[in-house]
Amino acid sequence: MKHLSRIYLILIFGILYIPILTLILFSFNAENSTAVFSGFSFRWYIELFNSPDTFEALRNTLILAVLSALISTVIGTAAAEGIYRMRSKLMKSAISSVTNIPMMNPDIVTGMSMMLFFVAVFGILGLSGDSMGFVTMLIAHVTFCLPYVILSVLPRINELGNSLSEAALDLGCTPIQAFFKVKLPNIMPGVISGMVMAFTMSLDDFVISYFVVGSSSFQTLPLLIYSMTKKKVTPDMYALSTLVVVTIFILLVISNLKSGKRVGDKRKGGVKK
Amino acid sequence: MAKLIELNGISKSFDGEKVLDSINFYIRDGEFVTLLGPSGCGKTTLLRIIGGFETADEGNLYFDGVEISDVPAHKRNINTVFQKYALFPHLNVYENIAFPLRLKKISEEDIQTRVRDMLGMVKLSGFENKSVSTLSGGQQQRVAIARALISHPKVLLLDEPLGALDLKLRKDMQNELKSIQQKIGITFVYVTHDQEEALSMSDTIAVMAEGEIQQIGTPTDIYNEPKNAFVADFIGESNIVDGIMLEDNRVKFSGHIFDCVDGGFGENEAVDVVVRPEDVDVVAPEAGMLTGKVTSVTFKGVHYEIIVDIRGFKWMIQSTDYVSPEATIGIYIEPDAIHIMKKSKYSGMFGDYSSFSDEMDRLSDADAAEEF
Ligand SMILES: Nc1ncnc2c1ncn2[C@@H]1O[C@H](COP(=O)(O)OP(=O)(O)OP(=O)(O)O)[C@@H](O)[C@H]1O
Ligand SMILES: [Mg+2]
Repeated sequence: MKHLSRIYLILIFGILYIPILTLILFSFNAENSTAVFSGFSFRWYIELFNSPDTFEALRNTLILAVLSALISTVIGTAAAEGIYRMRSKLMKSAISSVTNIPMMNPDIVTGMSMMLFFVAVFGILGLSGDSMGFVTMLIAHVTFCLPYVILSVLPRINELGNSLSEAALDLGCTPIQAFFKVKLPNIMPGVISGMVMAFTMSLDDFVISYFVVGSSSFQTLPLLIYSMTKKKVTPDMYALSTLVVVTIFILLVISNLKSGKRVGDKRKGGVKK
Repeated sequence: MAKLIELNGISKSFDGEKVLDSINFYIRDGEFVTLLGPSGCGKTTLLRIIGGFETADEGNLYFDGVEISDVPAHKRNINTVFQKYALFPHLNVYENIAFPLRLKKISEEDIQTRVRDMLGMVKLSGFENKSVSTLSGGQQQRVAIARALISHPKVLLLDEPLGALDLKLRKDMQNELKSIQQKIGITFVYVTHDQEEALSMSDTIAVMAEGEIQQIGTPTDIYNEPKNAFVADFIGESNIVDGIMLEDNRVKFSGHIFDCVDGGFGENEAVDVVVRPEDVDVVAPEAGMLTGKVTSVTFKGVHYEIIVDIRGFKWMIQSTDYVSPEATIGIYIEPDAIHIMKKSKYSGMFGDYSSFSDEMDRLSDADAAEEF
């Protein structure tokens, strides 16, 4: 039994990680081959870093991801609190399912519908497709990140219930103070995991970005990789992908360490002098 | 003492069901008032209306002579100790207690001395840096009380604050709460369904049932002069039998005419007669005012609990002398041990011990169910 579960674990990890490890390995390949590993080198990384396009795209991707994570976390947390406070049970479940629909929808449907919407709005405003790009992408990313934030915050709010907020009001907090001083700190793990989820969703989105970028020259990493593959698959894309994988890995480690540390903090805490 | 809180015709319904029905009463400054009643009678709802967490459908609520129905909870000079404590898990003991002070821009030194004094009063000195989740139930309770008292509210509302504690700790905390209240001299409004707790702690008790106040009075008043069968039965043990008030100071029940000390009823008015089990004396059959057959005897430590069948009605008698089951005994009742009540909608529902063992089972079931 023990062996079986171990084999199962190895199998799962193998299936999940061997392709990624292969990608990482070939990003260090000395030659331009996808089949033969002919020696270790940083050649593709150097090539990658010498291309201004890549840097531009990397910067855009990070700005977009950070902004959409922040904005969707703020709106999503407020929305979750709003849903929690709804009186009617029917409304509550209706709104919850409505917010989940964009998450269930295939990206391509979301992407196309947003494109149509933006084209229509831009048409009415008399703007050309060239001015689409950063703003439309930010709106789109915030939109598809929102359900993930709500989904990770709402259960925390439900679990917390009313009693702590009522205690805060009782002790003299205004409703706003009660939210920020008592409720928010207690739902923080949900808020943070929602934000991390939003960040990674934004980071690796290709389909929706592809649709809403319009004819502007705004590039993100996924868009850049896609446009590169249309020409020729070169190992500098492996290098780029490797960097993305490593970034996400570091993020995960940090967020795990953080949630571990929060528990520790609770135990210590000190008298402020 | 001046009226501090006054409730005037307060009613409240949930989903069309009347939970509070036209509640009228007032609370004096510095008083220890207990709302006592069975589960579901609306005690918590009434407390939440006073605290500002629920709004009454009808009626007025005055605080110090000012109508406060529309004043939000955080602006009321009333603090609450919640049934489940509601301590802030993200703050340690010190910060939990300092919380209300930090909202008021009080200097750090003042906060420190006040929190330390308060910790001393609730006997938690040295616990400053502990996380509240590592505290025992009794300690959490004290933190909740300290946190509610530190901003010097005029009124403290306590919703079954000792409900989660074991019997021994409950008794200790009852004494401590009472002494804290006397020391700081503020008004306590205390909710409980434990009649013993209510009797031993309160200045005034309001007995509630089915969303209505049945009786308000001092513990001795409520115990000695219950207004109706519900109150008589809920507070302590009572034999409640049907009687006829022949004239002032003379009542007939169980086929015998007794002298009593109550009056002011109509001639031959049907009444409920209450006799407490400890006020009945066991005597020889020929010397008794009434005679009956013993059906069960239970040893209770301080006394025996004797169930006697008198003309088909089962009486409970508490006596320090043993009688044997199946024996025929006489009983003697002093005039001032007989309490006469007007008939009410609760007449005939309480005060007969014929199904005593069943009743005990039901009570303990209810208690057990409440735990969850
Ligand atoms: N928010 C609410 N929504 C609907 N019904 C409620 C609500 N709060 C209380 N009730 C109902 O009102 C009645 C009285 O409740 P309340 O909590 O005041 O009783 P209680 O006397 O405090 O009982 P306990 O001793 O069990 O705490 C109950 O029947 C309860 O189901
Ligand atoms: Mg209650």
